[in-house]
Amino acid sequence: MVFKRYIPVVHRYKNGGYNIVLDVESGAVHVADDLAYELIPLMEGYIKKDSKPEERLPDEVLETILADPSVRELADRFSPDAVRESLEELKSLVDSDALFSEDTYRAYVGSLANRPTVVKALCLHVAHDCNLSCKYCFASEGEYKGKRELMSLEVGKKALDFLIENSGSRRNLEVDFFGGEPLMNWQVVKELVEYGRRREKEADKNFRFTLTTNGVLLNDEILEFANREMSNIVCSIDGRKEVHDAMRPFRGGQGSYDRVLPGFKKVAASRNQNNYYVRGTYTHFNTDFSRDVIHLMDEGFEQISVEPVVAPPEMDYAIKEEDVPGLLEQYDLLADEIIKRRKEGHFVNFFHFMIDLEQGPCVAKRLSGCGSGCEYLAVTPTGDLYPCHQFVGNTDFLMGNVFEGIKRTDLRDSFKACNVYTKESCDTCFAKFYCSGGCAANSYNFSGDINGTYDIGCQLQRKRVECAIRIKAQTSE
Amino acid sequence: MKHIRTLNTRDYRKSVKQGGCGECQTSCQSACKTSCTVGNQSCETLTSKR
Ligand code: SF4
Ligand code: SF4
Repeated sequence: MVFKRYIPVVHRYKNGGYNIVLDVESGAVHVADDLAYELIPLMEGYIKKDSKPEERLPDEVLETILADPSVRELADRFSPDAVRESLEELKSLVDSDALFSEDTYRAYVGSLANRPTVVKALCLHVAHDCNLSCKYCFASEGEYKGKRELMSLEVGKKALDFLIENSGSRRNLEVDFFGGEPLMNWQVVKELVEYGRRREKEADKNFRFTLTTNGVLLNDEILEFANREMSNIVCSIDGRKEVHDAMRPFRGGQGSYDRVLPGFKKVAASRNQNNYYVRGTYTHFNTDFSRDVIHLMDEGFEQISVEPVVAPPEMDYAIKEEDVPGLLEQYDLLADEIIKRRKEGHFVNFFHFMIDLEQGPCVAKRLSGCGSGCEYLAVTPTGDLYPCHQFVGNTDFLMGNVFEGIKRTDLRDSFKACNVYTKESCDTCFAKFYCSGGCAANSYNFSGDINGTYDIGCQLQRKRVECAIRIKAQTSE
Repeated sequence: MKHIRTLNTRDYRKSVKQGGCGECQTSCQSACKTSCTVGNQSCETLTSKR
């Protein structure tokens, strides 16, 4: 017999006064009272594995469970009738495959690694140049370990052609204008959008353009164009002025907060508080980042994403293991704050707490990760292809270029094979179907291997999933 | 039920049969650019049927 590792199938946790029970494999989420919450782990040993849902907990076993000393203890604390009633309810969930359900996807994993993939999205580094010199920039001040460069119109057009040609029958194609700072090459961005609009008609595609900007050069003309053409604008701002200015200074050292804030407010207002994000990065230096998120809320932003920095562990601003307990609390505080504001009638959306339980992605998507290196590629100003923006400049990961296509198919295949079953820590993780295996760049930075684990990132990720589900539980009452 | 309340969720098992159409957004492209999160995305097939 093949040795089977124990894989928890039910994840229980308490958060914000709620007892949440997540049935990992089916995705079912339950809110339990204290009795049911305590009863569930006591049942686990009696569940028949590898069988049909309705056979996992036969009626006669219920009596055995009720006679279990720990269960009798529960009966003393609550009442025998209540325990029986609760057990019967839980049995009905087991019967309907919403509790202690089993993994039925493992069989697909092989086909997942060999699945035919198409390129769906490009991150166009239209400018390897920047007017800020953010301390944590993985682009090292917009230079990406190379020299300052702007993408030519020709390379950009080739990139869009490459995307169309390699996208198979997929219609929706995503293109993010990224940098460095893309507004430093705005004319090319505009012409590429026009080119894309022309080509999408001929090729029966639909481009979804997005823009990620630091806001320094934002003006009304740019905003008007972006509002017409871009399905999302990501505005980089870290939160409180002192936090932002410390990490996002101009080259001369002065802070950029006052310069960018008014423009970002215009972005939010002119897009009716939709289809944009203010996007901040938190680091070891602002481990009280919930205050930065709250600051952004107070400034009137409704679409907010503030995320842990992706950094090699030796950097002074990298998140340290000892920061983690405090950071986890920050997420709880934030969840409480968001609920409070919603109750007061103020909608705010925190990106990492968004979760779509009812219409979320299919399993294939949930298992197969971020798509870097196969469905998603980054293009440098000269047209080189990398697995994603985080790998740009690391020539070990140079995959080819937009003129000749992908040359390192081995790299593509190794990224494609990366999924929640190939990473040992993901296999046993309750968050796997929400996280889909984490960030390959993070894993690489931390362990030297794209299949490695970045444990700090995982701890934060699990907490965000827990908070997100709790918010759903709370708002569904 | 008195002791447990179940939220509405999409049963993953059913989605296996429908099998990935591939039209959904690329995870990292959305807002964050530093993390892979899929739980927050919506399925293009389900949402476009609405
Ligand atoms: S949280 Fe970590 S262990 Fe869990 S699925 Fe994500 S990457 Fe894998
Ligand atoms: S490797 Fe990380 S940064 Fe790159 S696309 Fe994937 S999740 Fe995003």
